[in-house]
Amino acid sequence: MSTLVIADHDNSELGSATLVAVTAAQKLGGDVTVLVAGEGSQAVADAAAKVEGVAKVLHADDAAYGHGVAENLAPLIEGLAGDYENIVAPATSMGKNVMPRVAAKLDIQQISDIIAINDDGSFDRPTYAGNAIATVKTSDAKKVITVRGTAFDKANAEGGSASVEAVSGPGDSGKTEFVSAEIAESERPELTSASVIVSGGRALQSGENFEKYIEPLADKLGAAIGASRAAVDAGYVPNDYQVGQTGKIVAPEVYIAIGISGAIQHLAGMKDSKTIIAINKDEDAPIFQVADYGLVADLYEAVPELTSKL
Amino acid sequence: MKILVPVKRVIDYNVKPRIKSDQSGVDLANVKMSMNPFDEIAVEEAVRLKEAGTAEEVVVVSIGEQKAQETLRTGLAMGADRGILVVTEDMPEPLGIAKILAKITEEESPDLVILGKQAIDDDSNQVGQMLAALLGWSQGTFASKLEQDGDKLKVTREIDGGLETLALSTPAIVTTDLRLNEPRYASLPNIMKAKKKPIDEKTAADFGVDISPRLETLKVTEPPKREAGEIVPDVDTLVAKLKEMGVAA
Ligand SMILES: Cc1cc2nc3c(=O)[nH]c(=O)nc-3n(C[C@H](O)[C@H](O)[C@H](O)COP(=O)(O)OP(=O)(O)OC[C@H]3O[C@@H](n4cnc5c(N)ncnc54)[C@H](O)[C@@H]3O)c2cc1C
Repeated sequence: MSTLVIADHDNSELGSATLVAVTAAQKLGGDVTVLVAGEGSQAVADAAAKVEGVAKVLHADDAAYGHGVAENLAPLIEGLAGDYENIVAPATSMGKNVMPRVAAKLDIQQISDIIAINDDGSFDRPTYAGNAIATVKTSDAKKVITVRGTAFDKANAEGGSASVEAVSGPGDSGKTEFVSAEIAESERPELTSASVIVSGGRALQSGENFEKYIEPLADKLGAAIGASRAAVDAGYVPNDYQVGQTGKIVAPEVYIAIGISGAIQHLAGMKDSKTIIAINKDEDAPIFQVADYGLVADLYEAVPELTSKL
Repeated sequence: MKILVPVKRVIDYNVKPRIKSDQSGVDLANVKMSMNPFDEIAVEEAVRLKEAGTAEEVVVVSIGEQKAQETLRTGLAMGADRGILVVTEDMPEPLGIAKILAKITEEESPDLVILGKQAIDDDSNQVGQMLAALLGWSQGTFASKLEQDGDKLKVTREIDGGLETLALSTPAIVTTDLRLNEPRYASLPNIMKAKKKPIDEKTAADFGVDISPRLETLKVTEPPKREAGEIVPDVDTLVAKLKEMGVAA
């Protein structure tokens, strides 16, 4: 048994979601190989080689792989797939984009977003916005799997000493061209790996209010900032802040929901947080049904008071 | 340009799913069903391209039980021109759906297929990418903006770190994210008109592809329930709790 893990990275750092995928790969049993495909990505290959439990790193460095274009990455992965029983990626935007393309080419029914690997070889995966956990077993000889970032511990980033082997693939498919990216640089912790998250909803009413009420509280707590879909749709904050069924899945130590009602689509993204705190002026808001501590209050009074007392 | 839009009939997003007592799945008897919200966004985008004169024809296709006809009618009422219904006994898995859609795409030769990025029941997020793979086409997934740029399609994608723009050669596959547009409600006259629009009915067998399932669902269970905690009386209590947790000094 052997598993190929597709690394998610930005050509300079190995994403923490990859460390989670490595843990899942180890649970599958057998040797774990990590593929780092990128451009100018030596540092990532070196980092992957140090991850505990990784036996080997395959490094494909080519301009075609620099931006993770699926049309280029998928053929590279398909070419390597023959040697592995399992092909695993984190369920990040990279994994979601690339893996089904690989699976279809290999005639495999992918298993998306697994949260558990069971002893009988079956997998648990959330469906219906996390309201129904399906336990599934596949008859495919080879498996293509994406792994939910909150479901397994991160593998140790240090302690391994894998060999790094250069590999190459067909390169540029010529189908799709990368044009540009708008990636916000932030001093804050990354949403999916933060230990504290302060999230704002529609009740914030504007981007200015996010700056005035949410940011100072997040600063005090060293927290990442998240948001409901309503706040993103209204343009108060960028799309990558969205927490939920169809946004990011988070499970911090503490999640503070401010002016968020608690729709099932939002809960799907945060209900595995260790402690949930909700501030909402409506005592019947569904968010209070999952909150460990609820404060029924107007956020425009409660949040500045909270920030000043911390 | 001709656009194909696959649409799925799913549990309405406002309904809280209930799990059957024998753990065989979610109980859909007497539950409100609707078009998958991401597919509504896909239909809307296609219809807007038609209204802008970029597309000439919008074809909606649904795979599933006979009742998926209602979902097609919704798409037709929003402005699609005709429908294709592929009746299957059980809902095929994403790979099976992609195989049927690949056959339909070969028959219809659209320039663009717009799909929802995920169905809110199965939450797999696979069909668009699989269809692109089977056809060997470009893919622009999780799109929040779509523009024609000469013979290319410029797609802005919602990714983990922000946004990314790709130029796709056509024909291409696009999957929709929430910010692409806000779907319209069909007007009554358009709902009436949609009743007269043609729907071509087929069965999965007509396509000669293997859609037998690969996954066996052993059980479907409820996630562990979170108990509601306490309502704290004031901000001071909350501050004390945060300090207890070691989050605040
Ligand atoms: C296909 C689909 C996918 C979706 N995916 C997601 C997703 O991934 N993530 C997500 O979040 N949503 C998602 N949604 C949307 C979801 O259904 C809700 O519409 C959304 O979460 C609501 O956001 P909200 O709680 O900010 O707004 P609302 O529901 O409007 O809630 C605002 C809350 O603020 C409170 N409030 C108002 N003023 C104050 C004040 N002054 N002080 C304190 N409290 C106040 C109100 O009491 C209310 O509870 C999705 C929907 C669909 C259809």
